[in-house]
Amino acid sequence: MIPYDKLPHTPIASVNSVVVKTGAWRTFKPVINYEKCIRCMICWKFCPDVSIRLEDGSSYPAQSERIKETIKEAPVIDYDHCKGCGICAEECPTKAIEMVPEEK
Amino acid sequence: MMEIRFHGRGGQGAVVASRILAAAAFLEGKDVQAFPFFGVERRGAPVTAFTKIDEKPIRIKSEIDEPDYVIVMDTALLSAVDVTQGLKKGGLVLINTEKSAEEIHEILGAEKVAVVDATEIAIRNQLGTKVQPIVNTALVGAFARASGIVKLDSVVQAIGSEVPRNPERNQQAARDAYESTVVMEFS
Amino acid sequence: MVRMLLTGNKTTAYSAMRSRVQVVSAYPITPQTTIVEHIAEFIADGLMKAEYIQVESEHSAMAAAIAASNTGARAFTATSAHGLLLMHEMLHWATGARLPVVMVNVNRALGPPWSVWADHLDSISQRDTGWMQYYVENNQEIFDTVIMAYKVSERPDIMLPSMISQDAFYLSHTVEPVDIVEQEVVDNYLPPYDPPYRLDVNNPAGFGSLVMPNHYYEFRYKIAEAMEKAKKYIKEAAEEWYEITGRDYRGLLDCYRCEDADVVLFGAGTMMSTAKEVVDWMRAEGKKVGVARIRVFRPFPGEDVRKVADGAAAIGVMDRAYGFGRGGAFFNEVNSALYNHRNRPPTKNYIIGLGGRDVKPRHIRAIFNDLLKVKDEGLDEEFRWFGLRRENMPEEEI
Repeated sequence: MIPYDKLPHTPIASVNSVVVKTGAWRTFKPVINYEKCIRCMICWKFCPDVSIRLEDGSSYPAQSERIKETIKEAPVIDYDHCKGCGICAEECPTKAIEMVPEEK
Repeated sequence: MMEIRFHGRGGQGAVVASRILAAAAFLEGKDVQAFPFFGVERRGAPVTAFTKIDEKPIRIKSEIDEPDYVIVMDTALLSAVDVTQGLKKGGLVLINTEKSAEEIHEILGAEKVAVVDATEIAIRNQLGTKVQPIVNTALVGAFARASGIVKLDSVVQAIGSEVPRNPERNQQAARDAYESTVVMEFS
Repeated sequence: MVRMLLTGNKTTAYSAMRSRVQVVSAYPITPQTTIVEHIAEFIADGLMKAEYIQVESEHSAMAAAIAASNTGARAFTATSAHGLLLMHEMLHWATGARLPVVMVNVNRALGPPWSVWADHLDSISQRDTGWMQYYVENNQEIFDTVIMAYKVSERPDIMLPSMISQDAFYLSHTVEPVDIVEQEVVDNYLPPYDPPYRLDVNNPAGFGSLVMPNHYYEFRYKIAEAMEKAKKYIKEAAEEWYEITGRDYRGLLDCYRCEDADVVLFGAGTMMSTAKEVVDWMRAEGKKVGVARIRVFRPFPGEDVRKVADGAAAIGVMDRAYGFGRGGAFFNEVNSALYNHRNRPPTKNYIIGLGGRDVKPRHIRAIFNDLLKVKDEGLDEEFRWFGLRRENMPEEEI
């Protein structure tokens, strides 16, 4: 818990809540198969919880080298906050995201 | 504090007259307040407006119940409104009329009466129409004469700043009215 | 110094101009006043550089002001009566989002019965929205208070909205001399708004998102803390304005001849200006009466009320609104400040002037005389509907 005098005037969210880790709500988690990913970023755009970040894509595989050369970033899932809604998997045009049951 | 009440009809300019008078006194360094009766105004309906003038800051915010002066813009109002209601003892009524001060005294019983034919002056100065002359500026000029509490020069200057249309003709009407106002005291 | 003859409405427009407000949002239909018309003219004539947004309701007017303020713009709006009520939800929002919107409200009665006349129920109904609330007694005070209100509201450790209320007709439609302080002087006093946070496309963020019960409570406490802290800043802002203009608004409670008064009358708005004049008349007759005008109602000057109670033998509170419980809001707050205080003179509530019923000097005099009787003989009744039309109505109430 954050003491009152350490809180801002009003809740301001520039990233997902740092206080509440909604990742614990998940029963299924999205896993990106980067070899199918074409870096269209549709998953990033659709994520209702801003839980997909764009990171430097050089260390991730891709469907083709040309994609990696043209688009420098790759989508990365923030598992601390992703609630597992599955919208990204549903929207992905190359079916590169799979919803996998959380391990109990 | 001097308290002046204006009686007119919607469209005759009573509210503007109350502001011109306030502006004239303000130019002479007085503190002033001017406001309409707090109502919902319509053209032709009786309208009341007020001006307060004082040497010191005016703190009383209520309406005027006991005026020192009453200004009546139209004799036809006399049948509709009790214009002398609350008039202070020794208070003065200034009225726009063709009648004499004696005749008005007979009707109203006021001790001090001032008369001026503001309608004729307004028409002569092409203010408004014959059916609806704008008599407010003439009456403020007449008031300067009848009361002596503001100077004609101040009224003329105030008309210049408060009346956006035809200020010169309105200023002339005030001067004409100042010249032709008749004041009489009855005891 | 430029002294002009202005109505309260036009004075308000000048105060927005001199505060260099950047966004004005308004809904122009009744019960709106000429305030926003004058501002629209100023902008159209190039005298004022601001974005004027005509919206489709008062709720939207406040929503637009909130959004503008959130981007870092100095936002202003004006409303009255039912328009203020329609804003109610958004008033809470401005507070919770900690946005220093400043608004002028023309105090008018609520219908039905339909009325356009002075009454405080519209703003009193917004008592718990977390807006700072000022009640003024003349047109000059409107001008000065809008500028001072921005200064306090925009402090990084305050960030709360302010509402300045002026009585309908008694100020809104009444011409009085007003000193319109030069722009450079106001600019020196009130620097541009520089918020600690803002909506920024280059640095995107979401504002006012959900918090769980484990933190909501803390956010409300922070509003309460800022409101309390604002007392000091309101006084500081007034002190600085006093040094510039010589006009004294240094008390949240504007006490007039209270120091040695036997009885003190509380209240707000224009009727308290009338009351000050009556105090002088009665003092000349040897009656020790005083006036405590509630200039700032939120934050509430409880400490100052206690100070007044330490000297007074009886206290009267005039309310130009009724709360359908135990008297008016001012009476309740004054009583609440005194209940746990060692000195508790009897207090009496006068409900007066509702719906623009004229409050005349003779009424105030009658109330002071009534209070002097309370002082000598004790409290007869807690609530008096002063001026209620009834059989055998006392002469003094007419």
